[in-house]
Amino acid sequence: MWLDDGGTVLASALRLTAPLAFAACGEYLAERAGTLNISVEGMMLSGAFGAVAVGSATGSPTVGLFAGAVVGLLVALVHANLSHRIQINTFVVGLVINTLVLGLTSFLLQTMEFSRTQVGMLRIPGLAEIPLLGVLFEQRWPFYLLLLVVPLTWFLVNRTRWGLELRAVGENPQAADVSGIKVNVRRRQALMWCGLMSGLGGAFLSVGLVGSFNSNMTAGRGFIVIAAVIFGAWRLKGTLLGCFLFGAADALRLALPSLGVELNPQLLVAAPYLLALAVMVLMAKSQREPRALSKPFERGLV
Amino acid sequence: MSTPAPAPARRPLASYVVGRSGLRRPGPDAWRTAGITVLCVLVAMGLAALLVTISGGSPVEVVDALFTGSVSDTAGWSQTLVNAAPLLLVALGACIANRAGVFNIGQEGQLLIGAMVGCFVALRLQGPGWIVVTVALVAAAFGGGAWSGISAAMYYTRGTNVVVSTLLLTFIAAQVVQFAVNSPSLLQESGMGSGPARPQSDAVPEYLRLASFGQYPDLTIGVGVIVAVVATVVLAVLLARSRWGFRLNMLGLNPMAARHAGIRASRLGGSALVLSGAFAGLAGGVILLGTVFRLQPAISNNFGWDGLLVALVARSRPGLALPVAVLFGALRSGSSYLAATGVPDYLVDVVQALLVLAFVVPPVLSALWARRIRNRAPVADTPARPSAAAPAKEEVPV
Repeated sequence: MWLDDGGTVLASALRLTAPLAFAACGEYLAERAGTLNISVEGMMLSGAFGAVAVGSATGSPTVGLFAGAVVGLLVALVHANLSHRIQINTFVVGLVINTLVLGLTSFLLQTMEFSRTQVGMLRIPGLAEIPLLGVLFEQRWPFYLLLLVVPLTWFLVNRTRWGLELRAVGENPQAADVSGIKVNVRRRQALMWCGLMSGLGGAFLSVGLVGSFNSNMTAGRGFIVIAAVIFGAWRLKGTLLGCFLFGAADALRLALPSLGVELNPQLLVAAPYLLALAVMVLMAKSQREPRALSKPFERGLV
Repeated sequence: MSTPAPAPARRPLASYVVGRSGLRRPGPDAWRTAGITVLCVLVAMGLAALLVTISGGSPVEVVDALFTGSVSDTAGWSQTLVNAAPLLLVALGACIANRAGVFNIGQEGQLLIGAMVGCFVALRLQGPGWIVVTVALVAAAFGGGAWSGISAAMYYTRGTNVVVSTLLLTFIAAQVVQFAVNSPSLLQESGMGSGPARPQSDAVPEYLRLASFGQYPDLTIGVGVIVAVVATVVLAVLLARSRWGFRLNMLGLNPMAARHAGIRASRLGGSALVLSGAFAGLAGGVILLGTVFRLQPAISNNFGWDGLLVALVARSRPGLALPVAVLFGALRSGSSYLAATGVPDYLVDVVQALLVLAFVVPPVLSALWARRIRNRAPVADTPARPSAAAPAKEEVPV
């Protein structure tokens, strides 16, 4: 009985973690390059919409999934060029993009008809029989893309020349600039990755978990991703742990009433934000934050 | 500041409202920016029209519906003004924070907290109507100010990013209000009659609602509108003419120079952040006592986000925020007439976002263009000090 309940909650937690984890990979990389990207919410939402739109038009949810990632990339292109080419304040750009995407997707949703489109389950025989942990091996197949995306993000940031330059740009853009790194180009590229991953996360939410799109489907998940990156103190491991914690909190909120446990649901919803704020305050002096985070770069005297 | 400048000729009052560069003769930069802005707005409108067309509607009908619902008759104007008042109040607060260089994007949450505190006072405090209303509005402002004060304290003691903390606090505020309206001991309605109590507060009694002048078919102007307009004028004058306004601008334009001039960033910037939250909270109080009358989780209805957009379009100038708030208010009230045309009212959100882009992009493009021109000039002609082609930076204080 206990194992069954635990398995159900764990399965639900994993399902809710996956979209966050995809987007967190992107946001983590963008923040390491110095962009505190608040339009990750808009990127996820547009990805979710694009996935359902293309998936239902082509009849293939797989095509939809990747189309969702591309739509996220397009939003990132807009953001990157506005904030790291013509240097408009990145928060202003992010705010406008979030508003625009929310309005546009809700508008298009009401003027178009979509059929249901959902990717298939992938059940790994044998492993899926394990009690409690078996749920890990019985997921919609894009879930396993995480096994590819997470190590790849880590490798890109920590083991490639590109990633080293990226981190340099996030820590000290002036120094990076004089050593010949194109600061704003790197930041734009980082945003592209963020858009691609956030789009994928949003697409996983729509064609992976739900099978359809509804208005404001991401409902602030993008901001939870930002909270997760802060919670993880700008390290990928901690970020993913944050994603899982916040996914689990969400799962608990949904599961608790049926389990008969009394816990304040508002507290559970607010938990990610509270934890992120607490970590921000505690870690403020720890030098973990990229030093040039959210500071625009322009050549010239500092 | 060292050498006393000759006293400038007195400027007409209008220039106070328009802002510092009010009646100055526009230079080539201003004309260029204005030209690009017009072009961008046209492009934005074109995109919106395209969107309407591909969704099977007619742009002409849509414009007609928006017009009918907002400014075609006095009833429409009344609704537009009712919508514009909280937008303007939020935008004024955003102007203060933006001028000081602290970008507050948590107005939605500050507005919610303001409405909650205002509701608490209005429902619990006994006394003559006008006193309770005043205290409730002040309390709402205090609530919003306290909420943004958390961010200010975090920023000036620990150096945490203001944008992120105000953003995260918005979602916490939403849950705080949810908690308040779900707890019978706090603000949940005392379930009269049958059925379970809904997640909302009791209605504010009739005598505590904000008065409005005029009867329904005629133009009605609520107290909220008057408060917002008065605040706009006061703030415009203060920002343009007072020592406080000067220091605020200085802090925003060059924090390092401001520090060397003896300005305490933590006190001035912190109070700017608190003040911007207070304006958002006041907007929450005005919505509560002026239109909705009971605390609901959805009471903020995006007024916080949209008010911030108003400030962005107005480029942080209170005098410009007034007409922009009326425009956004008109779009809001017009959107309820869109249903008849078969076009979803989300169109208004898209139009608003496009408008913001159309006003945020031109100054930057204009500055880039000016730099291109400057770089192309032969070196000998380059003036020793920054020429008129350079100062576009001050156009975008955010």
